[in-house]
Amino acid sequence: MRRTMLFIPGNSPAMLLNADIHQSDAVILDLEDAVAPGEKDAARMLVRNAIQSLDYGKTEIIVRVNPLDTDYIRGDLEAIVPLKPDLIMPTKVSDAEYIHQVDQMMNEIEEKHGIPVGTVGLIPLLETAEGIENAYSIAKSSKRVKALFLGAEDLSTDLQAIRSKKSDEILYARGRIVLAARAAGVEVYDTPFTDVNDDEGLLQDATFARSIGFTGKASISPRHVSAINEVFSPSLEDITYAQEVMEAIEEGKRQGKGAVSLRGKMIDKPIVDRARKVLEAARELGLGGTHE
Amino acid sequence: MSKMIQNLGDAIKASGLKDGMTISFHHHLRNGDFVLNMVLEEIAKLGLKDLTVQASSLFDCHAPLIDHIKSGVVTGIETNYMTGRLAKAVSEGLLKKPVRFRSHGGRPAAIDTGRVHIDVAFVAAPAADRMGNANGVSGPSACGSLGYAIPDSRRADKVVIVTDYLCDYPLFPCSIEETDVDFVVKVDRIGDPKGIVSGTTQMTRDPVALTIARYAADVISASGLLKEGFSFQTGAGGASLAVTKYLEPMIQKLGVQGSFGLGGITGYLVDMLEKGYFRELMDVQCFDLKAVESIRTNPNHHEVSATRYASPAAKTSCVDSLDVVVLGATQIDTDFNVNVHTDSNGYITGGSGGHSDTAAGAKLTMIVAPLFRARLPIVVNKVLCKSTPGHTVDVLVTQRGVAVNPQNKDLYAAIKSSGLPMTDIHDLKNMAEAYTGAPGGTVPQGRIVADVEYRDGSIIDHIRCVK
Repeated sequence: MRRTMLFIPGNSPAMLLNADIHQSDAVILDLEDAVAPGEKDAARMLVRNAIQSLDYGKTEIIVRVNPLDTDYIRGDLEAIVPLKPDLIMPTKVSDAEYIHQVDQMMNEIEEKHGIPVGTVGLIPLLETAEGIENAYSIAKSSKRVKALFLGAEDLSTDLQAIRSKKSDEILYARGRIVLAARAAGVEVYDTPFTDVNDDEGLLQDATFARSIGFTGKASISPRHVSAINEVFSPSLEDITYAQEVMEAIEEGKRQGKGAVSLRGKMIDKPIVDRARKVLEAARELGLGGTHE
Repeated sequence: MSKMIQNLGDAIKASGLKDGMTISFHHHLRNGDFVLNMVLEEIAKLGLKDLTVQASSLFDCHAPLIDHIKSGVVTGIETNYMTGRLAKAVSEGLLKKPVRFRSHGGRPAAIDTGRVHIDVAFVAAPAADRMGNANGVSGPSACGSLGYAIPDSRRADKVVIVTDYLCDYPLFPCSIEETDVDFVVKVDRIGDPKGIVSGTTQMTRDPVALTIARYAADVISASGLLKEGFSFQTGAGGASLAVTKYLEPMIQKLGVQGSFGLGGITGYLVDMLEKGYFRELMDVQCFDLKAVESIRTNPNHHEVSATRYASPAAKTSCVDSLDVVVLGATQIDTDFNVNVHTDSNGYITGGSGGHSDTAAGAKLTMIVAPLFRARLPIVVNKVLCKSTPGHTVDVLVTQRGVAVNPQNKDLYAAIKSSGLPMTDIHDLKNMAEAYTGAPGGTVPQGRIVADVEYRDGSIIDHIRCVK
């Protein structure tokens, strides 16, 4: 279960040491925007050593690497892929060809290190108009792609839109990336909410993202993690309803009924599927939900 | 009659101060204090020698003491807390006679029982009248409570009020009463307001400190003490202060009201008083302007003397009724002994203040600290200085786990069933060393430069010269 992805600057030893204490499901160790060009090699060594020597426990490790049109990406991948992080996040991904090239580099590195090819997954960051336009083909471009991630800041610039807290300017992109990811059968993550001091704004933004189908949301502040986790966890009502759905289905089966209703509404397959997913998530998070 | 004296020099003469005597000062003006330096400058001019400075705390602004020690004007220091250049010089062997460290409760106990005799108390007063009634809530150098000055003013042979804000007689409210005062001196300025209190106490934004604070609030909740009548004290910095941030919504949710908040008071505790989460604040010292304004105007915000705050010689003191105290540490060992006197190299950087008093009094004594600072683990085999004995400490909260003192069986059981990340303190030490490596031993081997007196008057530890 990956509800939150917390950005950790790759050039900050103190933050790397404590990256896993903030209760985010994943950390994104960043070699890209957080790191100035003069510090790229130092950050790469620091992140490599952090992954090698620190125990992040259950927290997933994602490493954000530099874009394909820079000289850094090969070095980033060569340093990081052999350590088998959970996911690599390529940036400014524009189309399927981009992923093919990254895929090829990773194949070579994995082969060289005796790692089964395809071990390390990808979560492409789509943050250009072209990337959003090609979201579905990117999601389908390689078996490594496990999820798509929307980056609204660069996207807004590329769209020549005005970035706002209300985020109307990225409404289409949000819908489009969710649609593409779901059609391709991968997870999908929302852009961070960047006002660190606006708890109410964060809650609204995360709740909206969840409502339109995002799996989770990235964060640039440890302070945002618990609120995002809460929004993307099934609520007690969700769990109770899901349990009732499963019980009603069981009861229907026992009575040999074809159609089952609950609280005056017919229970069809999508409702059952959703209930199953809620219970699965609840079990993973230890939130109760014992019904099989 | 008039107690007014023209200048400090004349007041010193009038007090009858002689070689070898003890003079006392309070620390409410903190790092903005001018009075201790002014008094000692006049004493040096008068050619007096061999004095003992009995100060509730000493800060970097008191560095001129170094020269007075070198010239033999001052040969003894007794205090509850010492930091800055003076502390460094003492650590390196400046004084022949060891400094005597006490706690904020141990000091008034020693004064009230006569173990410490003060010949002349020089009391910096932000406001005073010509008869010596004085308070800390008015004037350009307002500092709020004058709690630490009260035992000195009651017990010293002679009491000299030093003020820069002379008011018409009679001054109310008065923390120091004219019945105890011999002389009053008006000077231009008693302190620099910028160093006296901070404008606003800032809550830390360090995510590690906030994580520790969140766990600490969860420990309080799990302890079962968070109920109607709850009482609480916390420090003014880092993770300790941040505990209030997480405690507030818990109190709100439970719909209970605390009986009192205690200690050095910050704007955050004032906020909680104003929102009704506490019925009273008992204030021995104000840390920021909001606290000063509140003690001046809010009838539920009370000044308490150091004696009432924490003296073990009093019939009871506030710490005896305290439920929870949240404290810091520079080191804590696997027996839960805490060092707040020295850094990891053995240099004096602080002192007990109210640490050991509140730890002894509170039902739940929590130490909050990161697992390591820079490259040094906080949990060690043996602390360089035992400031607070481990048997008075209930729990250590770090960002990577909560270690309960196994002596506190009830808390142990409560935390175990709470879902908090509970670990053994030895495991925390090993965890820290897995990150930092086991630190090489820096144990100062020089002669004793300070004796640490526990609140009951016994010597609990010594601090040795770093050189």
